[in-house]
Amino acid sequence: MAPSGTKTVILKIKRQENPKSSPRWEEFDLTWKPGMNVISAMMEIAANPVTRDGKTTTPITYDSNCLEEVCGSCAMLINGRARMACSALVDKLEQPIRLEPFSKFPVVRDLAVDRSVIFENLKAVKAWVPIDGTYDLGAGLRISPTEQEEAYPVSRCISCCCCMEACPQFNESTGFVGAATIAQVRLFNQHPTGKALKHERLQALMGDGGIQECGFAQNCVEVCPKDIPLTKAIADTGREVMKQAIKDFFRG
Amino acid sequence: MATNPKIIVVGGGLAGLAATIKIAEAGGHVDLFSIVPVKRSHSVCAQGGINAAKNLKGEGDTPWQHFDDTIYGGDFLANQPPVKAMCEAAPGIIDLLDRMGVTFNRTPEGLLDFRRFGGTLFNRTAFAGATTGQQLLYALDEQVRRYEAEGRVTKYEHWEFLSGVLDTNRVCRGICAMDLRSMEVRTFPADAIIMATGGIGAIFGKSTNSVVCTGSAQSALYQQGCYYANGEFIQVHPTSIPGEDKLRLMSESARGEGGRVWVPRTKGDKREWKSIPESERWYFLEEWYPKYGNLVPRDVATRAIHKVVYEYDLGIDGQPMVYLDLTHIDRETLNRKLEGILEIYEKFVGDDPRDVPMKIFPGMHYTMGGLWVDFNQATNIKGIFAAGECEYGYHGANRLGANSLVSCIYGGFVAGPQAMLYAKNNSKSTDGVSSTVFDSERKRQEEANASLINSNGTENPFRLWRELGELMTRNCTVIRYNKNLQQTDAKLVEFLERFNHINLSDKSQWANTSFVFTRQLYNMLQLSRVIAQGAAMRNESRGAHYKPDFPDRDDKNFLKTTKAYFAPDADEPRFEFEPVDISLLPPRPRRYDMAK
Repeated sequence: MAPSGTKTVILKIKRQENPKSSPRWEEFDLTWKPGMNVISAMMEIAANPVTRDGKTTTPITYDSNCLEEVCGSCAMLINGRARMACSALVDKLEQPIRLEPFSKFPVVRDLAVDRSVIFENLKAVKAWVPIDGTYDLGAGLRISPTEQEEAYPVSRCISCCCCMEACPQFNESTGFVGAATIAQVRLFNQHPTGKALKHERLQALMGDGGIQECGFAQNCVEVCPKDIPLTKAIADTGREVMKQAIKDFFRG
Repeated sequence: MATNPKIIVVGGGLAGLAATIKIAEAGGHVDLFSIVPVKRSHSVCAQGGINAAKNLKGEGDTPWQHFDDTIYGGDFLANQPPVKAMCEAAPGIIDLLDRMGVTFNRTPEGLLDFRRFGGTLFNRTAFAGATTGQQLLYALDEQVRRYEAEGRVTKYEHWEFLSGVLDTNRVCRGICAMDLRSMEVRTFPADAIIMATGGIGAIFGKSTNSVVCTGSAQSALYQQGCYYANGEFIQVHPTSIPGEDKLRLMSESARGEGGRVWVPRTKGDKREWKSIPESERWYFLEEWYPKYGNLVPRDVATRAIHKVVYEYDLGIDGQPMVYLDLTHIDRETLNRKLEGILEIYEKFVGDDPRDVPMKIFPGMHYTMGGLWVDFNQATNIKGIFAAGECEYGYHGANRLGANSLVSCIYGGFVAGPQAMLYAKNNSKSTDGVSSTVFDSERKRQEEANASLINSNGTENPFRLWRELGELMTRNCTVIRYNKNLQQTDAKLVEFLERFNHINLSDKSQWANTSFVFTRQLYNMLQLSRVIAQGAAMRNESRGAHYKPDFPDRDDKNFLKTTKAYFAPDADEPRFEFEPVDISLLPPRPRRYDMAK
């Protein structure tokens, strides 16, 4: 609890003890500090785990690591929007600040959810460059600055899964793979060595849960904390998948 | 003898992934343990670049020059042969990363571009925008995922290393770890283990490190008998952005691309930066170090900023902050080369550094010290190897910018094959080790957990941690006095006593993060004593270790590696000193106010 008379920050946090228990809300009021973000607010709670109505509680469980918006850990719903907690500055948020776990991923506890699906997806689409080996094989192929400038923004994807949470098509009934994975397909299919696996990657995006599930809602690009041109990647990859499907059809 | 060795790698940052790839490629199997999904490891935070003397700028750069800069920058404390080997391997590592698809910046001809970093006069740093560490980690993560898909790597993500499993001959036979969700404690057998558990920033409370960088794993092994070397050498990065939750790094590349550090010349100058004319700005680094200017090594820049702020009292608005100014560089160049780091400043501070000079201050960044290893990355306990920031091998008394990424990957590339070799040559394989060895370690850890969860005191672990961070930052970073160091150690003993009266507000047995943190805190406290006592013993100034009462380097008495080991009965560190291998470069004075 913040001492009376001080400027305060009010948080409403959705809590859930384990994957099976039902959620409940807890409210906290903290002393405002300049430069505060959602993470530092939760650190305050950990140091003094008392709710707004004076009840002793437990520190909040949430995923976090770098706190610089580059590891992708601390994604959650903040005032209903999928975003990273570390870059959510308290002064820029409407109060009470509502914190909830992602709604489309299994809750582990409180604000921590299981996002392992993204890594399984990356495995399924073979999101890697198939090099011969790590022994010394000399310099890589030349790549023009233009190609680098096109690839770099996509390679900055932090696998936070905000784009998937925000996507209306990402749900159990479609099994949609989501924008992040499609963008990685685009990235590796553009690479001079990576494109050796282009067909396999495109094939992995055909069928149920594949790229055709995209409904062009464009929520993904709207919430992406890294401003990755996701809709462009989906459109470009969609065309490639179509071409590949036609080729596969005639090859029979 | 294990024909298809099973190796455990602990830590999924650059060093751990590099080791994993080499082992999988050589036909071994890896169990890869990480607190966070490996793609979220701290290596992603490295911004500026990776050093390799590719000499693509016609400057006559060579691996020998890189080696000389690294040894000189580290004030001659690093053993020289492994550093030389690393610098020779670096160009090949860059080529490999390039082949893996790292989106390095390019020259118009399509070659790798290089920038300048601190402590060198050569353009030696390859970079991918301002997120080089992220790009490198992803490249290795992708290759590991490929091996995972082939069944050669098994990942244990959201698992915490608790201890090594040592047999009756004190040979390591695996690890004991805890599932961070179910809190289950389990042992895992292996023919060798590689520790790649990164930095120790949490010991200093707020640092530029990620949340998982507590040093807990290293400390656990130190308490089991591993030597911990040069613990007193802590790098404070000159340019970090002070924050409530952490200190965010402002990469050295900002200065590499022409950023200038300055303060108003007049004390108490309240004018807005724009209205302070050029003649009334003090570019103190450029004035004091005309040859290297803003690109002096980190320890030199950090002490200069401290001096300007605390001795000359010239911090901006009387605050501990100085300007790091990029506003004279055109926006297009800044966007192309530094966008990632400028974004961080914009997002977390709210000002656009393209228009307004950044306000920065030194922050704890890196530990040069770590687990003691030989030139094959082997610790003193058989079967335990270490690579990356968690070991001490490559940076001496101060690390040069953009050398960490190369040392992590190189260390992993050595540790992986060496662990395989060890496993293959070991006369008694782990398969033949009695299960009681594993059971008793598991029981020891389960008992530690039970006693912590049942602890019924009044101490809040997070508040104790804050006190630890403040204490260590105050006395064990930029400037060190023996009296303060001794008081620090006494305080640490008091903290360890208070730890016995911890009260966990959360006693549940599912994804209990405060419980996990509290276990780490104990290990942080033990390791802090190694840092404080090591610093107290070293009566000289060398690299990042600076004592005003002993301002000079003293090669006669202290050209030595500090080796701490744990004395279980006394519950405190003991120290030995080991001569440094200076077989390749004779030590010479380290000065950055003139060309070397």
